[in-house]
Amino acid sequence: MNALVPLPVLLPLCATGLSLAFGTRLKQFQRFISVAVLTAVLGLSVALMIAADMNGPLSVHLGDFAPPLGITLVADRLSGLMLTVSSAVTLCVLVYSLGQGMADRDEETPVAVFHPAYLILVAGVSCTFLAGDLVNLYVGFEIMLVASFVLLTLGGTGPRIRAGSTYVIISLFSSMLFLTAIAMTYAATGTANFAQLAGRLAELPLGVQTLIQGMLLTVFAIKAAVFPLAAWLPDSYPTAPAPVTAVFAGLLTKVGVYCMLRTETLLFPGNRLGDLLMAAALASMVVGILGAVAQTDLKRLLSFTLISHIGYMVFGIGLATREAYGGAIVYVVHHITVQTTLFLVAGLIERRGGTTELTRLGGIAKAAPVLAVLFFVPAMNLAGIPPLSGFIGKLGLMRAGVADGSVWAWILVIGSTATSLLTLYVMAKVWNLAFWRAAPPGQAADGTVLESDDDSDDDTDEGPDRMPGTGDEGVRPRHEPAGRAVAATLHGHAVTTTTRLPRLMTWATAATVALGLAYTVFAGPLTAYTDRSAAELIARVPYVEAVLGR
Amino acid sequence: MTVSASLLATAAVLCAVGGILMLTRPLTRILLGAVIAGNGINLLVLSATGSAGREPLLYGVELGRVTDPLPQAIALTAIVITLATTAFLLAMAYRSHQLTGTDEVHDDDEDRRIVLRAEVLGERDELREQYRAEAEPSAEAQRRYRAERRRLRARLRADRALQARGRDASGDLWHDVLGADAEDYAAGRPTERPEPPTNRGDTG
Repeated sequence: MNALVPLPVLLPLCATGLSLAFGTRLKQFQRFISVAVLTAVLGLSVALMIAADMNGPLSVHLGDFAPPLGITLVADRLSGLMLTVSSAVTLCVLVYSLGQGMADRDEETPVAVFHPAYLILVAGVSCTFLAGDLVNLYVGFEIMLVASFVLLTLGGTGPRIRAGSTYVIISLFSSMLFLTAIAMTYAATGTANFAQLAGRLAELPLGVQTLIQGMLLTVFAIKAAVFPLAAWLPDSYPTAPAPVTAVFAGLLTKVGVYCMLRTETLLFPGNRLGDLLMAAALASMVVGILGAVAQTDLKRLLSFTLISHIGYMVFGIGLATREAYGGAIVYVVHHITVQTTLFLVAGLIERRGGTTELTRLGGIAKAAPVLAVLFFVPAMNLAGIPPLSGFIGKLGLMRAGVADGSVWAWILVIGSTATSLLTLYVMAKVWNLAFWRAAPPGQAADGTVLESDDDSDDDTDEGPDRMPGTGDEGVRPRHEPAGRAVAATLHGHAVTTTTRLPRLMTWATAATVALGLAYTVFAGPLTAYTDRSAAELIARVPYVEAVLGR
Repeated sequence: MTVSASLLATAAVLCAVGGILMLTRPLTRILLGAVIAGNGINLLVLSATGSAGREPLLYGVELGRVTDPLPQAIALTAIVITLATTAFLLAMAYRSHQLTGTDEVHDDDEDRRIVLRAEVLGERDELREQYRAEAEPSAEAQRRYRAERRRLRARLRADRALQARGRDASGDLWHDVLGADAEDYAAGRPTERPEPPTNRGDTG
């Protein structure tokens, strides 16, 4: 069983090679490889999760080098769960992007790069979840980041380069900080292995410990977009292609949260910086959601809710009790799924309405009821309406906060309640503007190429677009660029609007919605599992023993 | 563990130089900063070995006296990663130069909006104060006051329209360089759309 542990990293990497070798000629083959490998990774992750749950953490020392020297990969309950959720979500997003590629008839070069880059991203994410030492964690981050640079600037259009430069610089900076933290840790303890650090860090002077902890937390907070370090996110995510934004929003920030969870429990137990974390959590929640209230572009709005809801998970980590960790893990699982779904839906909305600018959308509930349902369910889920998984996560966190009973915990409970109400307000605003009201004048009708970034499409038929049935006389000249920033195809062109949603994209989105609903149906087993993972995180012994033997 | 002071001093200087370069605007300078600071941090990693020993070979060297090979491995990994990132940043700087004629990093959209709003609101308050200060405003003053207010409102609205189109202040340039929409550019900015009803009250 232990031999399976490296496979979620190795398989996508090997597939990348194949994909690059054959991808330019055999498009079908490339698609087949990507889907097959991600399905295999999903199966493996489920197997690892079950095995880790039944027999305790699995660990592998690559090349059989003993811990401080070799690369250690560990799959415990938390990593197993994260791997499973992330591979399920990445598979859905891949299918969605296939649908999008077909819908846009993208047959050119950037898309040939899309599949390999996407697979490398998956490998990087798996690597961080499985990493058993700081250096490997760093490498996992870098694999993920380099792939994300490529994906974010796919097509190389102006807005994407602009957004990409912010993202790349921030990522570079946090990588440097991470490397410095690793150097410090190694100089102080002589190892970078988590299991060994768990024993050795406690022997250091308190100041050194706090310094290392602070450095690592800063690095992970940049990745996770916790408030004072989150300004890069809403500026860089929305311009990427819809599936890319979806997978970034769902996974990359949560990788940061996962690392916080791992290091806070395994390396720095005792929760010395708990109050600091809680303050950051509160700030993220409030500032993020207020930012979302102010936005009128759907993708930017969703980016701000992303920042806001990271606060919930950080709240759980800051509380540092078993219930809180359990609640935070549920919330991570819920949020990966629901945030990805919302961004996928935003892509569909753009395809249907021609833009994600809320002031220009309208009447979608009538024109595309399926899309309305696909948006409504995850939106309510995000806000935390009772039977859905958002409620379960929030409830777990708040109960942990009340049980803790300290002043900060109460403030956070109140803050998170207010945040979820504001989330509901934001989602209601989106619903009212984009779905419920009548279509505003000049909405793009079927099949209009709204704007394209780098080629003069010579369809000069400037037929006035009228919305049938609204009786408005609004005429939209062709050069009114409705969907410019949000040019969401893989190439960076604006999408072609259609009245019929592409079937594959819709099904992929529906699958993620269903995944979100499944958390409600299987809430019992899920919370039991997260509770066991939290217990394992706090106990620390199973992890250390699995790696070091004994 | 003893650490060579010169190694640490060099690392500190490199990190400082790199840090300063990374705070500048052009991407190429940021790239240089990243490379220099990256080298500084690699030295920092190397300094984690402590005092230097013999080369870490498997045979022929007494095991107790070799240098710790692990930081060297970490530094090597970091160097390879820096190389890849450097290549990517260079490509991006070049692409940015191709598109806009410069490789400067642009302002954050949100920041720009907030600054603009603050400017406009400040000007408005000033205007209002001046206007109120006059005991008996003449028709001329009233007209001027109204015109000024209109101008401020138009500025905000133009910015919002620009944002709705998702272009930032220098958006026209991209538009132009990317080509193809010359007539659009020549005609100036596309005409403003009527304000949607949901955005009212922004200008106060």
